[in-house]
Amino acid sequence: MKAAQPAMDLQAEEVKRLKDIAKELRVWIIRMLAEAGSGHPGGSLSAIDILTVLYFHSLRHRPLEPDWAVRDRFILSKGHGVPALYAALAKSGYFPMEELLTLRKTGSRMQGHPVAGTVPGVEASTGSLGQGLSIAQGLAMASKLDGDTYRVFSMIGDGESQEGQIWETAMSAPKFGLDNLIVFLDYNNGQIDGHTREIMSLEPVGDKWGAFNWDVQDIDGHDIPKIISAIERTRNIKGKPHLIIAHTVKGKGVSFMEDNIEWHGKAPSKEEAESAIEEIQRSH
Amino acid sequence: MAAKATRQSFGEAVVALAETNPNIVVMDADLGKSTMTGAFMKKFPDRYFEFGIAEQNMISTAAGMALGGKIPFAASFSCFLVGRYETVRMSVSYSNTNVKLVGTHAGVGIGEDGNSQMGLEDIALLRSLHNFVILQPADDLEAKQAVAWAAEYVGPVYLRLTRQKLEDIHSPDYKFQMGKGDVLKSAKGGQAITIFATGGVVGNALKAVEELEKSGASINLVNMHTIKPLDQELVLKLAKNSRIILTIEDHNIVGGLGSAVSEVVAGAGLPVKVHRHGVVEFGESGTPEGLYEKFGFSASKIKALIQSL
Repeated sequence: MKAAQPAMDLQAEEVKRLKDIAKELRVWIIRMLAEAGSGHPGGSLSAIDILTVLYFHSLRHRPLEPDWAVRDRFILSKGHGVPALYAALAKSGYFPMEELLTLRKTGSRMQGHPVAGTVPGVEASTGSLGQGLSIAQGLAMASKLDGDTYRVFSMIGDGESQEGQIWETAMSAPKFGLDNLIVFLDYNNGQIDGHTREIMSLEPVGDKWGAFNWDVQDIDGHDIPKIISAIERTRNIKGKPHLIIAHTVKGKGVSFMEDNIEWHGKAPSKEEAESAIEEIQRSH
Repeated sequence: MAAKATRQSFGEAVVALAETNPNIVVMDADLGKSTMTGAFMKKFPDRYFEFGIAEQNMISTAAGMALGGKIPFAASFSCFLVGRYETVRMSVSYSNTNVKLVGTHAGVGIGEDGNSQMGLEDIALLRSLHNFVILQPADDLEAKQAVAWAAEYVGPVYLRLTRQKLEDIHSPDYKFQMGKGDVLKSAKGGQAITIFATGGVVGNALKAVEELEKSGASINLVNMHTIKPLDQELVLKLAKNSRIILTIEDHNIVGGLGSAVSEVVAGAGLPVKVHRHGVVEFGESGTPEGLYEKFGFSASKIKALIQSL
């Protein structure tokens, strides 16, 4: 990179700020799911460091003006990770934090998967896997028609990448020259029936996206400075859409959930939640 | 009388509308020569998006375009568009995105290509999806006005269009009104037969009724260009003064216009029989005219059906 590095202390301070936010959001994810009694902790915790960087560092957005025309968009294509999205939105100021505890309750607008037009900041209805990436593509095309006024970020799952529609979009986005589309693959190697590498492996996944003519990066999806610099780097690559393969750990931050498929779609009990929260708060 | 396929009417109308509405974009999935989006591609290449043979990607991308403020018309054969039912369900219906799905090649009227290319269940499927308006024009003038209405309306619209040419049934001063049945013939006396027809079969139904009127038959004929929301008021008003209702559509007999009319009549508890005339088996190859004869949609077959009631 040719750009001058920011002063170390400033960067360290920003990373510390983001880490603290991620820690707080992890706690909220556990609290929400324990209160709801159902939901998806594994894929929410694997995604939260990336969502933290997006909502608190990289995205251009105005939480008090959710319809701001030139805001950057984020589409959570892996819709079951919505507790992470709700937590990031609430912490950003889109709606009160307390509302997080109504997740999945009858009559709540905090639906079990994202629904556009319910919670401020949720851009699209997703949860049927494979479609959110195409929706993100459509937004990126609309942005281009309007003079490239905003960027579109999306996150897909590794299990989700078994859907044919993902590969239809993998084929089309380079054709449309969407260098304003930045996609994270939350590669946590877990899905309902087991490890992704055993259920239906994506490998060699980077080669596949590269062969479809995407700009591909590989990072540790829990390393905040690396997430920041991967997003920064996409600005310098013109003419191609961007895929950031984020190697993550399902259930990251809670040892009994980490890489344990059982925690794909199960809420913690009150005791489990207390122990999880204690561990998160203890961590550095 | 002039005749034009409603897919052609759409292709012309969307170009005309795009002249003054910069938000209109058109998408196709390798069928532009058949859905008649080719003229738009030539005129507005920057607003035309070719997806190749990938309909679900096109449909969800249209939803994203709509979220970004554009008015996408996404075209393919009706069976291929609505065949991506769950994509339509999530990305368009549930999201209530301002997407216009343009399904051409409706019904057995397409002819030689046979069943795999015929839209025969599309109305049934889309009727069950919230937020959709379902329009099926019966001639060129009506089709162009329906396209213009769809471009103005904010929300999901499905346009069901024909491959085959349809003769003009309207005078030049006709005004399409979404959701209002278009009464083509009014019965002269009581104990009438009331016919609700839609799309490619309306012209033949009109011919049959005109012949029967010569021998004094008392028949109401309504062109139901809007299948959802159905003009319930008109259905009930006519049903009350009819001895029998006949519905005619080039679509599966289950779930289409006939079902929609039956739901209204039965829901109101009216003691009138509804005879649903539609496609009761798979489609097949043949000439459009030959298939309309075989499937009972020619003017002479419709006339014989009415006489048998």
